[in-house]
Order: sequence, then C-alpha cells, then structure tokens
Amino acid sequence: MAEKILMKGNEAIGEAAVVAGCRHYFGYPITPQSELIEYMAKRMPQVNGVFLQAESEVAAINMVYGAAGAGARVMTSSSSPGISLKQEGISYIAGAELPCVIVNMARGGPGLGSIQPGQCDYFQATKGGGHGDYNNIVLVPNSVQELVDCTVLAFELADKYRNPVMILGDGALGQMMEPVAFPDKAAEAPAKPWATTGLKGRKEPNVINSLHIQAPDLEKHNYHLQMKYKTIKQNERRWEEYRTEDAELVLVAYGITARVVQSAVDMARAVGLKVGLFRPITAWPFPYEELGRLAKTAKGFMAVELSAGQMVEDVRLSVVGSKPVYFYGRTGGMICTPKEVFGIVKKIMLGEEEK
Amino acid sequence: MTHEIVMAGFGGQGVMLMGQLMTYAGMLENKHVSWIPSYGPEMRGGTANCSVIISDEPVGAPIVSEPTTVVAMNLPSLDKFEAALQAGGNLIINSSLIERSSKRSDVNVLLVPSNDIANELGNAKVANMVVLGTIIAATKAVSQESVLKAFAKMFAKKPELLAINEQAIKRGAALVNGK
Amino acid sequence: MAEIAFARPESLRDVPFHYCPGCHHGIIHRLVAEVIDELKVRDRTVGVMPVGCSVLAYDYFNFDTQEAAHGRAPAVATGVKRVHPDNVVFSYQGDGDLASIGCAEIVHAAARGEKITTVFVNNAIYGMTGGQMAPTSLPDQVTTTSPYGRKVESVGMPIKVCEMLSTLDGAKYIARVAVNNPANMAKAKAAIKKAFEVQLSGLGFAIVEVLSTCPTNWGMSPLEAVGWMEKNMMPYYPLGVFKTPEGVAK
Ligand SMILES: Cc1ncc(C[n+]2csc(CCOP(=O)(O)OP(=O)(O)O)c2C)c(N)n1
Ligand code: SF4
Ligand SMILES: [Mg+2]
Repeated sequence: MAEKILMKGNEAIGEAAVVAGCRHYFGYPITPQSELIEYMAKRMPQVNGVFLQAESEVAAINMVYGAAGAGARVMTSSSSPGISLKQEGISYIAGAELPCVIVNMARGGPGLGSIQPGQCDYFQATKGGGHGDYNNIVLVPNSVQELVDCTVLAFELADKYRNPVMILGDGALGQMMEPVAFPDKAAEAPAKPWATTGLKGRKEPNVINSLHIQAPDLEKHNYHLQMKYKTIKQNERRWEEYRTEDAELVLVAYGITARVVQSAVDMARAVGLKVGLFRPITAWPFPYEELGRLAKTAKGFMAVELSAGQMVEDVRLSVVGSKPVYFYGRTGGMICTPKEVFGIVKKIMLGEEEK
Repeated sequence: MTHEIVMAGFGGQGVMLMGQLMTYAGMLENKHVSWIPSYGPEMRGGTANCSVIISDEPVGAPIVSEPTTVVAMNLPSLDKFEAALQAGGNLIINSSLIERSSKRSDVNVLLVPSNDIANELGNAKVANMVVLGTIIAATKAVSQESVLKAFAKMFAKKPELLAINEQAIKRGAALVNGK
Repeated sequence: MAEIAFARPESLRDVPFHYCPGCHHGIIHRLVAEVIDELKVRDRTVGVMPVGCSVLAYDYFNFDTQEAAHGRAPAVATGVKRVHPDNVVFSYQGDGDLASIGCAEIVHAAARGEKITTVFVNNAIYGMTGGQMAPTSLPDQVTTTSPYGRKVESVGMPIKVCEMLSTLDGAKYIARVAVNNPANMAKAKAAIKKAFEVQLSGLGFAIVEVLSTCPTNWGMSPLEAVGWMEKNMMPYYPLGVFKTPEGVAK
C-alpha cells in the first residue's frame, strides 16, 4: 500500500481499475459520473491503454462485450439512464459468460429524473435488469476507499466467475473526496483459453455467444448458470455490522445511506437506545443468512434507502416474517440526514410509530 | 472532536478549493476527513457549497446538515446556512461582499473583509485564502503549517504561488489571533 | 452578444433563460418562436426537446412540448406527428443528442421523409455535462474527454450532419446557418422558416443546423467564442443550403 492521497470517488474508481490491470475502457458522458470517463480519457493513454468515447451507452456496453470476449479486463461506467440503455448488452454478456466491470453512479429516477444521488436502481442491479434468468454480482461500497477496494475486487470476481460485476455507487460517493490508498496490484487475470484471439495454432475455433437455439440446449446452459450463481451465493456474500451485538433495532442500509445511518446509530446509542447497523457490501448475493441470524436477538429491522423501498424486500426475505420490518426512504435525489433517521428510530423504539 | 464545516459562495470564489485544502491538511495530520461538494443545477444558479468534516473519529454522513462552522462568501450563502449553524459555532462572513452581520446572538461571528485584504495584498484571487486563514485560526481543526503543506502538494507545479497565498492565510488568521 | 431588439414573440414565455452569457441557445429559441408566430401555427405546434443544455426549453416555449430521452427526439416527434398529422412538429437537438446517441433516430426520420422539422444546434461540444467531446468536435480540439486533443486516427473526423443527411431522399430541405451576426441571424431565421414551410406543405423531412457557441466549455469569453467559431467551425462546416425542394414558397 502506497501513501494516502485525497481523491474524488469517481477518479478513485478509475485509478483502481488501472491498478487492477484494466487497459480498455468504453463509456459515454453522463452526470454524476463524468469525472470517471474524463479520468480514463487522461489516464488510459498514459498506461498504453485504450480509451474510447462511444456514441452511446448501447455502443459502449457492446464494445465491452467484444473486448471481454477478446480476453481483456474491461470496464464501462455510467449513471442510471445510461445503465438502463446498457441492459440489453449486460444480458448478452451474462448469457455469454463474459467477465467485465460495469459502474453505476446512480441518480434519482425514473426517466431523466435528477442528477442528485439515488439508490432506486437496486432492483435493476440485483434482480437481473435485462431479460432472461441471470444475475450480476453487485458491490455496494460506502466510502472512497471501499470504491477502490471494490473496483479491484470486481475485476477479480468477474474473471473468477466469468460474470459481469456491477459497482453500484451513487452521485454522492462519486463526488466526495476522502483519503485513499491503492493496492500495488490485483490478482493476475487467469488464462482465458475461451477468448477469441484468432486461432493462432489452436485447433478448435472459439465462439462467444448467447444463442442456444435448441430449447434443451438453452435449458442446460441455464442450469449451468444457476449452478454458478449458487456457488457465488455460497462464497461471495460480504457485509459489515456496526454495534449490532445487542441491538434491538437493526437498521439496514448500504452505500452513502449507510454513512448517514451510522451517524444516526451513534446518536441513538448516545441516548441509550440499542440500535445497530447491518451493511451489505454485496447486494447480490445478498447476505440473507447473516442478516436473518440477527432476528434471534433483534426486535425489529428497518431498511433505510434513497428509494421508495427496494432493498427492504431483501430485508423481509432475510427475516421471513419473524420480526417487523420498517422502511424509511427518500427519493428523487434527496438525502436523509442522521437526525431525520434518528427521529424515525425514536418513534419506532418509543412506540410512537404505527407499523 | 469533530469539525463539520459548510463553505458556501458563488462559483469562482474558490470555495471548493478552500474546502479541499483543509481536507488535505486534515489528512496530513492523520485525521479522518471528507469533502463533498454540492453539484448540479444549483451551481448553474451561481452558488456552490461544500461540506468538510475533520474528525478524530471515522466520518459517518459526509453531507453536513448541522455545521459547527459556516463560511459565507456571499449573501445568498449567509441567508441559506446561517440558521443551520449549531449554537456556539463559528459564523465566518465575507464582509467585503456582505453588508449585514448575523441575526444570531448564540454564535461566534467573524467578519472578514477578504476581498479588501486580498486587494491590499495585490492579488484579488487570494480572498478565499484569507478566509481559510480565519477558519483554521477560529476552529483549530488543522494547523496553518499543514494547510501550507497541503497547498504546496496541490500546487506542486506552481511553487511561485505559495508565498502570496501564505501571506493571505496569515492575514486571515491574524483577524482571530490578533496581530 | 447582439440582442435582438424587438418584442418577445408570443411563442416564448416571459421567463429568463438559464443559459450562460454569450450562449447561442437563447437566440435560436427566439428565432424558432418568431417563425412559429409568423406562420401562425402556435396553436398546433408540438416541440420535442432534447437532453442537453436546452433540456429546459419546455419552460421557455409557449406551446405544447414533449421532453424526449437523450437522442430520441426524432422518434418521439414521429410518434406525435403520426397521431396528429395536422400538427406542426419539430425536434430541437444538440450535437451530442443528434449526432452521437441519436444518430440512428435522425437518419431514419430523414430517410422516412418524416414530415417534421429539426433544429440542430451544433456547438462542437457536450455543453450540459461539462465539456466532453462531441461527434462534431474539431480535429485536435481539447475537451474533457479528449484532453490531448481530438485524435482523428482514433475517433475519426467530425460528422458533417447536413452533408450526410443530404444523401437521403426523404430529406427535402437541409441548410446550415449561424447566428454570429445580424445578417446571418436573418438568414438563419429564413432557413428555419423554410424548414417549417416544407413541413406545412407535406413534402418531407427538413433540418436546419445552426452553428453555435459554448463559451463556458470552450473556456472563452463570449466574444472570443464567436471568433473561434468563425475561424474554426465555419471553414469545416460551410454555411449554405444543401437541399431544397422545388415549389416551396420563398
Ligand atoms: C442515456 C443518457 N446518456 C447520457 C446522458 C447525459 N447527457 C445529458 S446531456 C448530454 C450531452 C449534451 O450535449 P449536446 O447534445 O451537444 O447538447 P448541448 O448541451 O451542447 O447543447 C449527455 C451526454 C443522458 N441524460 N442520458
Ligand atoms: S454550457 Fe455551453 S451550451 Fe450550455 S448554456 Fe452554457 S454556453 Fe450554452
Ligand atoms: Mg453540443
């Protein structure tokens, strides 16, 4: 680890990608992630990499498809409206089992929405997003340092499972500056004997493809994908807990909201309320079991999100009806304050909130 | 100790840089720090602000809603953030551009004629550095030395700028510390 | 920038523009509004607005509007026109919107001879998102995503939209204008008017490209920006009428 430097979240992702060996980046400008594409425009030529501004997000994700299929560590990034456009390509990438990293610095939706931070793309990110039975691995960091760590991890996981990995951030994380340290490098990319490199003496041609025109063949392929997803679910759940040991109310939040909630937890603890924070770091696979375990000790749960209530469904699935699950959210690009969340906590714990 | 500072002004007044320098200085002192700007249509309207946190504890929410210090470089910023300031906090007002003082009696008001001082120093652009000097003297969140170090790092390619900015910071600090 | 000194057209609301000083979007809005007034079609006009700095144009125009997704305005306009063939339908689009992400939509609207009008504001940059390279940015032009200058070996030469669309039969009127001085402003207005008249006569697709400034993201004063446009954009993007149908009133 080198010495710490002060960096914007968006730029830190770019540098982390360079550290992880990413030398191909395809993107299209959109607020609030433009600092990332701009960083790559500057940085890629310095490391003999390829930077290309595509004509659209649709084109960018298909350039990623081609580059990933050709064996490269490749990344694209955008924000909500652009990520919607990428969904077709992501479905094809998942079907063809190509490793790549997709960054969504999400903003308020739906439609053109706002450019302020949002977490309303959770369903899209974690439940598929495009057509077909597939899953992205979804990482939801909550600091600039974790953006770096998750970016490096994303490339490793993508290669390990031949699967698209999405980093789901938000406008606030992308804009904020914090001290970061970069690892020296990421794990080496594994050999990719399946890549279309040109035969170069190989006997069997390689084909990158998501078409299985015979239904039985497609079903077999889908079983294979599901087996892979099962392995990922077993191996890759990541989360963090804060003051949950004796918590009666467990707040569940990710990304920037987890920062707000952590401050709210401290406020609650300061007045003797037993409150804790459970923070998923992988939104898919969601740490169902680990959160569910807290239902043994906690009396209730509350999801806090910058959405009208999306992750809350996974919280309910974790505790399977054993404890009440509350929800508090802001939308449109508005961010809740610690005091606001503390106010809701007081209402619930002091019995003033109707369920 | 946690310093939660909001710095606000119109685009071009160097509010963002002021915040970044302080954050950088905090990092050099091994404190927990964060900086986050307002962004978007708000900026087109002419005002910009940033939240700076410098703390001995890990930083939770980076967006400051109840600041311990408010820095207002222009009147709309004072109007917007004056009420949010915690009782006992510092209210730093750029009195070169803002004619009124504070309506509040429970805060520590510091009037800084930053543009006038900058003009006296012969460089209108360093008004923000004058204010920065006042902020660090009033809050003691970071030392002047660290801010200068941060400046030298951020402007490593323009070392000739250091002297005038150092003067400006010292002038701003003198308003608090006496001459 | 020279202010046009006459009363506000009815087709413009009485609200101040949010555009930067020296930006040409405001002038172009006004020309469009004047043309709509003069043709007396405000009642049946539907404008389709882009994603770009003019995204809020629906706040300024005083007739019905729809806000489209980035680049899709010609398709949205097609939908409107096919429901109400008697409406006067136009799209207002920037160069990123029209020539990059929306390239397919504009080409096919023109190819179909869609009876709509497009006002295309070419400022050689992405204004709204903070100065990234556009498909119309000039060779070696420095932008935030071409920090070493636009390298044509890698990204090709800028797209000349009028010339490109001129190959399509469905496009009946194609002109490139500028609003850098009063004489050109008058020509620009005449071209915009003609483009609407082509639609009114049911002849087919019409587009007017307006060369425009973005002092903010070019990093220039308004005056310098006009100079830069004249010196660099005009030689590469020659003004003129590329296509005009016969039988349309002059
Ligand atoms: C799908 C999608 N991608 C990207 C954006 C971000 N975006 C907004 S405006 C714009 C470019 C605008 O440039 P231009 O069309 O040239 O208009 P100008 O602002 O220069 O007038 C982009 C990329 C978006 N809103 N939606
Ligand atoms: S950024 Fe450029 S295009 Fe946008 S309003 Fe300002 S000058 Fe006009
Ligand atoms: Mg443009």
